[in-house]
Amino acid sequence: MATQKRHWSHDVFTEMKARDIQTVATIPDGGLTQLLNMVVADKDMRLVTLSTEEEGIGVATGQWLGGKRAMIAMQSSGVGNCINALGIPLTMRAPCLILVTMRGQWGEFNPWQVPMGTATRTVLEAVGVRCFPVEHPEEIGETFAAAADIAFNSRLSAAVLVSQRVIGAKGFGQK
Amino acid sequence: MTSTTKPAHPTANKIKRRPFVAELLQHRGSALVVPGLGSPTWDISAAGDQPEYLYSWGGMGLAVSTALGIALAQPDRRVLAITGDGEMMMGIGSLGVVADQAPKNLGILVLDNEHFGETGRQNGLTGARTDMCKVAEGFGIAKTLLVTEESQVGALAELMFKTPGPTFAVAKIAITEDPWALPIKDGAAIAHRFRVSIGVEKP
Repeated sequence: MATQKRHWSHDVFTEMKARDIQTVATIPDGGLTQLLNMVVADKDMRLVTLSTEEEGIGVATGQWLGGKRAMIAMQSSGVGNCINALGIPLTMRAPCLILVTMRGQWGEFNPWQVPMGTATRTVLEAVGVRCFPVEHPEEIGETFAAAADIAFNSRLSAAVLVSQRVIGAKGFGQK
Repeated sequence: MTSTTKPAHPTANKIKRRPFVAELLQHRGSALVVPGLGSPTWDISAAGDQPEYLYSWGGMGLAVSTALGIALAQPDRRVLAITGDGEMMMGIGSLGVVADQAPKNLGILVLDNEHFGETGRQNGLTGARTDMCKVAEGFGIAKTLLVTEESQVGALAELMFKTPGPTFAVAKIAITEDPWALPIKDGAAIAHRFRVSIGVEKP
């Protein structure tokens, strides 16, 4: 009997637990649903629901200032909301770890997602965030681990960009 | 201040920010203080430099979010976010995040002069119709206080440093000419000494 491959969210969650990342600040994305549900279900972890993604930069920086580890999870459209806010961890040399699920990139149905999806990596790198794009689900866990380690050990800002190829394009029931 | 400062738009606010903030901070105890960029940072710097003051020179709109992150990480330390009306309005949604997380150790004070003080005293959004205490209450922060007299500083200190949070206050401050009181601006140094002061990083 063939075993079903486990979802990449489990790999990320395992690496989070191994690194004492206990808080996830987020504006949700469909591609993050399973991971966010795992965080909610874990009594040792905290989900911080935001009103806009840049608040997550403040929350994560504050967590580190207070001696804890946090990360931020968002859709690529939210990256655009974060650019000026990233000046805080970058200037403080506070670690900032961001998990981004990409839109507007691979078979996108919604044209309104395309401009920010096209610009995501460019704007993150322009402000000084190390980007770790990942195209295949089996590589997400190790890529996330590498980004987390460089962020927390070297006190840098790092973003894992999970391709829409992994997540799949949402079609709203239309073609 | 520079001699090119424009005349102020009218405001009936009476409280003078510098002595008021200095008096409030005398009640601080061991609380950590997270100011917004600009004048609130100058105010707490003028009251006397402390490593527990997380001075800010940028990232407008993020003072409350940053203070929330600290409050959740350090539940046994009181945390005070102290910011201006423009900075608070830019991050107004963060009051919803605070209400949702409901940290008992977080107080938020808005120094409201109803203007963008750092940039030429342009009119802000809080001088006519907007009531930020009601906004905070609407988000679900039940304990709020509107401060219009300097004599309320004792009640304000109680709400900010003692009352189980989250708590929220608006102090209606006058537009004043205050000398610059610029603290260190190296963000890494500010973060380092802050973390050392609460024992999460070695000196």
